Amino acid sequence: MTTTTPEEENGVKRRDFLYIAAGGLGAVGTAAAIWPFISQMNPSADVLALSTTEVDLDGIETGSEVTVVWQGKPVFVRHRTEEDIERAEDVDLADLPDPEPDSERVINPEWLIMVGICTHLGCVPLKGQGDFGGWFCPCHGSHYDTSGRIRKGPAPANLVIPPYEFLNDSNIKIG
Amino acid sequence: MSFEPKNPAVKWVEDRLPITGMLHHALYEYPTPKNLSYWWTFGSLAGVMLVVQIVTGIVLAMHYTPHVDMAFNSVEHIMRDVNYGWLLRYMHANGASMFFIVVYLHIFRGLYYGSYKAPRELLWWLGLVIFLLMMATAFMGYVLPWGQMSFWGATVITNLFGAIPVVGDSIVTWLWGGFAVDNPTLNRFFSLHYLLPFVIVGIVILHIWALHTNGSNNPTGLDLKDKQDSIPFHPYYTVKDLYGLAIFLIFFSAFLFYAPNYLGHPDNYIPANPLVTPAHIVPEWYFLPFYAILRAVPDKLGGVMLMFGAIAVLFALPWLDKSRIRSARFRPIYKQLFWVFVADCILLTYIGGKPAEGAYIIWGRIATIYYFVHILILLPLVGLFEKPKPLPASISEDVLSKKPASEEAANA
Repeated sequence: MTTTTPEEENGVKRRDFLYIAAGGLGAVGTAAAIWPFISQMNPSADVLALSTTEVDLDGIETGSEVTVVWQGKPVFVRHRTEEDIERAEDVDLADLPDPEPDSERVINPEWLIMVGICTHLGCVPLKGQGDFGGWFCPCHGSHYDTSGRIRKGPAPANLVIPPYEFLNDSNIKIG
Repeated sequence: MSFEPKNPAVKWVEDRLPITGMLHHALYEYPTPKNLSYWWTFGSLAGVMLVVQIVTGIVLAMHYTPHVDMAFNSVEHIMRDVNYGWLLRYMHANGASMFFIVVYLHIFRGLYYGSYKAPRELLWWLGLVIFLLMMATAFMGYVLPWGQMSFWGATVITNLFGAIPVVGDSIVTWLWGGFAVDNPTLNRFFSLHYLLPFVIVGIVILHIWALHTNGSNNPTGLDLKDKQDSIPFHPYYTVKDLYGLAIFLIFFSAFLFYAPNYLGHPDNYIPANPLVTPAHIVPEWYFLPFYAILRAVPDKLGGVMLMFGAIAVLFALPWLDKSRIRSARFRPIYKQLFWVFVADCILLTYIGGKPAEGAYIIWGRIATIYYFVHILILLPLVGLFEKPKPLPASISEDVLSKKPASEEAANA
């Protein structure tokens, strides 16, 4: 019988090369085949197409709040009173678990727009409750102030401010 | 040869649950006849296709809605919006056809080489059970997109059960969950379409268990006589099966990427309409031979019985075939009859796809009669009267006698 796998330099055989080349190609092919099965769980095109929400601010009285849906999540649109704004601005940042000045959380101080999902474990906080005049999460007792910043309780961070812009004085586009 | 793990963790598990040893025995050391041809690859290909169907199916179920008002649109949503949804759905739809192709070749392989004969009768039965479950699963899956063919296919097939005397109508109503194919039907079909593949997995495990109890048949049909006749499954047949898989995947991909709707019906892209039947209604290609048998009989109950009978008689094959020689290689007359039978099945497939009129009816009847004549009359008679060719003493002798020295060198 003839030798089919001649020894070559450094002890590397032709077979070794073929084995690694075939195995490598197989691994790449398998990874490519698996990718669609993973990717399909990401948001589909129709979900991505719903990624902005426009809100008409007319009719939201000072001191009141509406909840709109953006990407399937509640977004609080709060028309703050002078008192709310003062309370939010008058806080010593050193007292905050997640220090952030109110000015960085609003475009127009009258309007506070934020995702109404507690940063602890995802419940929707209740307005006008809690120790700081803002929101209170009933699930695990997180208190948020009139700027939506975490003040007391287990939540690690302030309520999230979504990307939004003023289309004109009375219309915003979230997302 | 017993399995003795060297890795202490594997050994710890093995002492408590000998699963590694079982897999080692089944996929590594399993003594396999050394002369298996590529016709023996279709079993593992069928296993691969079952996995492909289950994996793509689970993924499609994440995006599909089993409701008459939303099913059709949810399939279009998969095709247009879901990431790679078009690929996954086409894999699943064409995968069903590929699954049937490999299973049909697997069955004909068994017929040619007498793989159903003692001691493999139960193995054959389990295979037929898998085949029946596949047909039920494929049929219900075809209903899910809720297109015109889905709806009318469901109506026609469920109405078959109406042929049963006395209780037929009650059974059909029970199957539908109403007085026509409607939302309850779609819901239960979705549920069962999800369930049955896992039942198939269970039967496949029994099928492989039964296979490994007596070992694989082989082109000579001879039993393994000594160690010279067999080689370990790994690496010889793992590599051979992987190569077969690679070639098969090219075939699959040709449909998947270049003709994904070739095997389907355009009418199924029209949403289901319970008030209008399409002009020409045919099942998927893999049901056509049975559809042809159904239509060959001008009687509702008779047609249904003959259609189910076409599969039922296959269960009796191990006893109908009187020849003790397994492989058709040594059965000169059976070998020819086998190919006539294959041609007959192809003819039935062709007729099943044609409208039931004119010469198609005549040919459908001739082909149907021949199907049963082959199995019920020719097979027993040939076994009694045929003079088989001399059998080689062993697999080894057969392999070595056929292989000239020059070929051996070229293959080495």
